[in-house]
Amino acid sequence: MNLTSSRSVRLRRRAMGLLSLLFKLAMAVFFLFPFYWMITTAFKTYGESIRFPPTLWPESFTPEAFSDVWQRIDIPRYLKNSLLVSLGVVTLQAVFNVTAAYGFARYEFRGKRWMWALVMLAFMIPTQITFVPVYILFSKAKLLGTLWPQILPFAANAYGIFLIRQSFLQVPDELVEAARMDHAGELKILTHIMLPMCRSSIITAELFSFISTWNSYFWPLVMTNSDKVRPLTLAMQRLQDAHQGLEWPVLMAANSLLVLPVLLLFLLLSRQLLSSFGYRGIK
Amino acid sequence: MRPGRKLPRPSGRKSSGTGLVPYLLVGPAMLLLLIFVFYPLVNLVYLSFFDYNLIREKTFVGLKNYEVLFFVKTDFLDALRNTAVYTLSVLFFSLLLAVLFALWLEPDSRINRFLQKSMFTPYLISMVSCAYIWSWMYDADSGILNAMLALFGLPLSRWLNDSDLALFCVAAVAVWKSLGYYLIIVLASIRSIPAEILEAAALDNTPPVRKFFRITLPMISPQLFFLLITITISSFKVFDVVRVMTDGGPGNATDVLVTYIYRYAFQMNARVGYASAAGTVLLVILMILTYFYFQVLSKRVHYQ
Repeated sequence: MNLTSSRSVRLRRRAMGLLSLLFKLAMAVFFLFPFYWMITTAFKTYGESIRFPPTLWPESFTPEAFSDVWQRIDIPRYLKNSLLVSLGVVTLQAVFNVTAAYGFARYEFRGKRWMWALVMLAFMIPTQITFVPVYILFSKAKLLGTLWPQILPFAANAYGIFLIRQSFLQVPDELVEAARMDHAGELKILTHIMLPMCRSSIITAELFSFISTWNSYFWPLVMTNSDKVRPLTLAMQRLQDAHQGLEWPVLMAANSLLVLPVLLLFLLLSRQLLSSFGYRGIK
Repeated sequence: MRPGRKLPRPSGRKSSGTGLVPYLLVGPAMLLLLIFVFYPLVNLVYLSFFDYNLIREKTFVGLKNYEVLFFVKTDFLDALRNTAVYTLSVLFFSLLLAVLFALWLEPDSRINRFLQKSMFTPYLISMVSCAYIWSWMYDADSGILNAMLALFGLPLSRWLNDSDLALFCVAAVAVWKSLGYYLIIVLASIRSIPAEILEAAALDNTPPVRKFFRITLPMISPQLFFLLITITISSFKVFDVVRVMTDGGPGNATDVLVTYIYRYAFQMNARVGYASAAGTVLLVILMILTYFYFQVLSKRVHYQ
């Protein structure tokens, strides 16, 4: 009696486990399917893409859409703009964020309190608030035809300063003291102790900046007035108005080009990214 | 590991007499923030009292822009309402699903890690890309969602072209995109519940539902509140997904605050003063939310 009931419990538990496993796989599909759909659509012909019922795997499997994208818009130029802007932002942040964070973490000076308060305030003010006046600023400076409006406003960023300062604060005082005993200069302390100790959090901050700049849409939409300076995220709308009706394979091909770099980055670094996002959440 | 609380101890830090060095370190970043964050902020509020179109001289009009926003035109109130509806739906589904998934994926196993990773992927992809993919899936003529409805013999939907449904379709994409990130936060906070408490509950044979409401939920409530504020703030400034998927349409069924500001500032004869007034309203809303955000942060410090 007892034996059979325990067996049935075990059986039920196993069935539940299997059900749960299947449901988990289904959820994973739900979250990843859109990307699958994007890539497979990109390899279909237009005719096949609008066929009903849709084909799950492209019958035609042709790179036609990609060559279409290539012919219709100047992909290398958009790509170059995206890269230049993202790298520009990351490089400038590596200078301005790190130095500011170091100043806030390791020095006492007059005005530090209210300056830090300003940094925290800036952290809370999104670009969606500042874009109209910043646009006017760049238009008066006659810089709208250049990449600067997409780079300069992000050369220092409150979140990055905040994050890097945290890790500077965690370097033990004893290390700095010891270095001072050895007559190491301030610069040497920064480059030989502080930076190596805080490498991973600086890289994390930079990585976030790169991804968010690469992905940005709103800011370049507002700050650019010609295709010469537009990034890849804005190239898509060229494909949209270029033709009557939407040619989804072409749009999805362009979209794949946009998604791929970040997706690859994630596959390579998923563990670090996940744990640092978790850290960011808990704080 | 709470940020920003602990002031550096004076020992071992700077000896006095460094003079200019800290200012040289902090100065450039501060200057950039002043130019690109604080000056624009002040200028936005200033411009909101003017009639200005970037070309003609500005003329002072007092509160007239605000009067038009709230009492003359109705489209701003529509945008405000849409933003609120969008925010509430994103909030509700994000929090509910994040908690449910976190409970479900709490044991650390290979399949759970895999699902967690899959759910996180959309978070890294740009909203623009996600919006294009979902526009295609929502497509009323040949989108896969309608194909699936047809497969089950259900009536087809017009999705983004249906003015009653469009806003929720957009909200669904926002939830889908960020759920993986919220999940990580909730999961981490569930896993940090002290083992003794859970063991005590296990010894008492506490039923799971009760255990959830009496132990888990109170223990993770600070993180949930943090998420509540973060999601509200990010939903109030939503732009990309709306602009790509519907551009405020059909009609102005999905027009939100930022698309509204953008339209008036850059498309409708550059009514910069008027758009700035709308921007100032958004600023006030965000400031109120931020105030709550800091209240919560400071409370958490006292508790821990």
